[in-house]
Amino acid sequence: MLVNRKLILAHFWLAFAVFGIALTLGAWQMFIRSPIGTWLSNPELYYRSLTAHGTVMGYVFPTLVAMGFGYAISESALQQRLVGVRWAWAGFWLIVAGSIMAVIPIALGRASVLYTFYPPLIGNVFYYLGVVLVVVGSWFWVALMSINLRVWRKAHPGAPVPLAMFANVAGSYLWAWTAVGAALELLLQIIPVAAGLKSTIDAGLARVFFSWTLHAIVYFWLMPTYIAYYTIVPRAIGGRVYSDSMARISFILFLVVAMPIGMHHTFADPQVGAGFKFIHSAFTALVALPTLLTVFTICASVEIAARLRGGRGMFGWIRALPWDNPMMLALAFSFVMLGFGGAGGLINMSYQLDASIHNTQWITGHFHLIFGGAIVIMYFAIAYDLWPHLTGRELIDVRLMRTQLWLWFVGMIVTTFPWHWVGILGMPRRMAYFDFGDPAIAPQSLSVTLSAIGGFVLLASGIIFIVILARGMRAPQAEAGPYRFALAVHEPKTVPVALNTHALWVALMIALTLTNYGYPILTLALTEGTSVPAVYVGAQ
Amino acid sequence: MSAEDTHGSAEVAARIERRWATIAVVIIVMMALLAAFAGIHRATMPQPRVEITDPSRLHLSGEFVESNLGSVLEANGNVTVRAIGQQYSFTPACIVVPVDTPITLRATSADVVHGILIQGTNVNTMLVPGYISEQLMRFTRTGDYLMPCQEFCSFGHEGMWGKVKVIDKTEFEGRAKGGGRLSCVGQ
Repeated sequence: MLVNRKLILAHFWLAFAVFGIALTLGAWQMFIRSPIGTWLSNPELYYRSLTAHGTVMGYVFPTLVAMGFGYAISESALQQRLVGVRWAWAGFWLIVAGSIMAVIPIALGRASVLYTFYPPLIGNVFYYLGVVLVVVGSWFWVALMSINLRVWRKAHPGAPVPLAMFANVAGSYLWAWTAVGAALELLLQIIPVAAGLKSTIDAGLARVFFSWTLHAIVYFWLMPTYIAYYTIVPRAIGGRVYSDSMARISFILFLVVAMPIGMHHTFADPQVGAGFKFIHSAFTALVALPTLLTVFTICASVEIAARLRGGRGMFGWIRALPWDNPMMLALAFSFVMLGFGGAGGLINMSYQLDASIHNTQWITGHFHLIFGGAIVIMYFAIAYDLWPHLTGRELIDVRLMRTQLWLWFVGMIVTTFPWHWVGILGMPRRMAYFDFGDPAIAPQSLSVTLSAIGGFVLLASGIIFIVILARGMRAPQAEAGPYRFALAVHEPKTVPVALNTHALWVALMIALTLTNYGYPILTLALTEGTSVPAVYVGAQ
Repeated sequence: MSAEDTHGSAEVAARIERRWATIAVVIIVMMALLAAFAGIHRATMPQPRVEITDPSRLHLSGEFVESNLGSVLEANGNVTVRAIGQQYSFTPACIVVPVDTPITLRATSADVVHGILIQGTNVNTMLVPGYISEQLMRFTRTGDYLMPCQEFCSFGHEGMWGKVKVIDKTEFEGRAKGGGRLSCVGQ
């Protein structure tokens, strides 16, 4: 039962609108720094665009998708009207206000510090305040998810929480806690300097705070995708979830171990010692576990669907899958990209191998493949699946959806594979242009050109996506029926308390963060003489 | 399907799942052990120690004053290179080192966050103002290497490229005889 459709649609539309803008900026960036573009006379424009692209794609777009999807899950999985609709709208408008507040200084070139902030570079204070508003708006959603689950529990004492809602709430807690790192960096360090109250800042400490957010945020982006893997895909392709409890364990593992691992982003940094670097590296290996479990469970669930459709043989069942179904296609593409991206991720978190690719284009390729590829392609699939239930109108053009998904997949591969390759050759990140006339850089020009072409394929796919959704708003009316989630092969009648509640796991998440971050943060904060003068952007 | 069948198939499913989970855990433990082994046995690891310095006084006194930047041949035959990064260049902009020699790179930043990456090698470190970065390296091949700044350091970042020139050991020793700090700036 989806009652607050307007609220959910508002979140999705705003998400996809800002996504469209950021995607266009991204394609322009790919073009302008490639050999087919001409050099920018003012490289600063590139960094404005890059800051906008990162801020939107990192903070605004996935947060809005998670929120809209979260409200939809809460209403349809719990079969309960959303409690606190007014607060939900308040959160939404805070995000709108925050985004506008952040984008104005970016557009004026007063906040070209990239979405990762990089103090002691300091931009206009309104940029940071805008980001804070976006995060605060999303915290309204976190609170609402928790409250709605509590209301449902009161009405259904002891009943198993539907898997989709269990995972959704786990994702919201993960976000609430992971955002704390960047919030501390902004509130304690950056904003006082940006507002002119202080003039020095500890850049090393800021990097550690940011690493707290920087890795687990990826798992927050990932949550809607994993929820779709487990609770939408099997239903959409006519199968069942292989195991309900394994699904719960995976989401719990994400909640607990996604957090205390962020320092693998600081392997090359001088302000963290070897001990904590190693601990975080080992913990990062651990976060591969829920993904390995998920790959198994989802492949098994897909096989169930295939065999129910008459598939036979060791691998012959793959042919029996409904390949004309956009959800099936999206899942397959998502898994291929997750496979390559995950393998690259193991290299990044490796205590030894990271040095070969740290801060090269390999990293940019990696997270575009994982986030832009494996994760975002499932956002598309979620939107296609939910749309008829939100609009009360049918999405008819299935062929166009398939074309769109194919283009996104091909575009992402063409963009990111050469990107990885030039990274191995040592091409650094975040540069407005490269001197392809230099004999040492010239061999990279073909790869960079390929990436730029991939960027345009992605842009085309993004435009088609928005066109499909927009046309869906004007299609003939058709009642889609109640929105359902996949059932497990063995639907649980009772679930152990540990797999039905979050409190224990949230406590463990906080405890592990404190053990893995407490000491490094405390020592850095207490070390005298590490604060350095701020360098104001746009003041030169 | 009878209740017993359902129960039986649930057990089969759980058994297969446990097997897969065990394999996954073994893979992960192996990875952590390999990293620990390579770190301890081969001493390949990220920078282990934390050292601090005051970026606003770098030019006045201490290790990173201008006259001390560049390459120096130590008494034990090793080489130490000292460098700083600032918006938007490295000093020295061209680093000269001998081939097949253990080299310690010590570097820091005078203003914002920079990074040093030597293309074609795995030499790669951040320069964070307030902290000293140290990297151990050894080149097995003479020639010129590009050394871009790998971290966004504001509007001139794309122009911040240094160079490393790896030369013959005896040639380096000859040039080091005069004392002082070596570099290949202007060559």
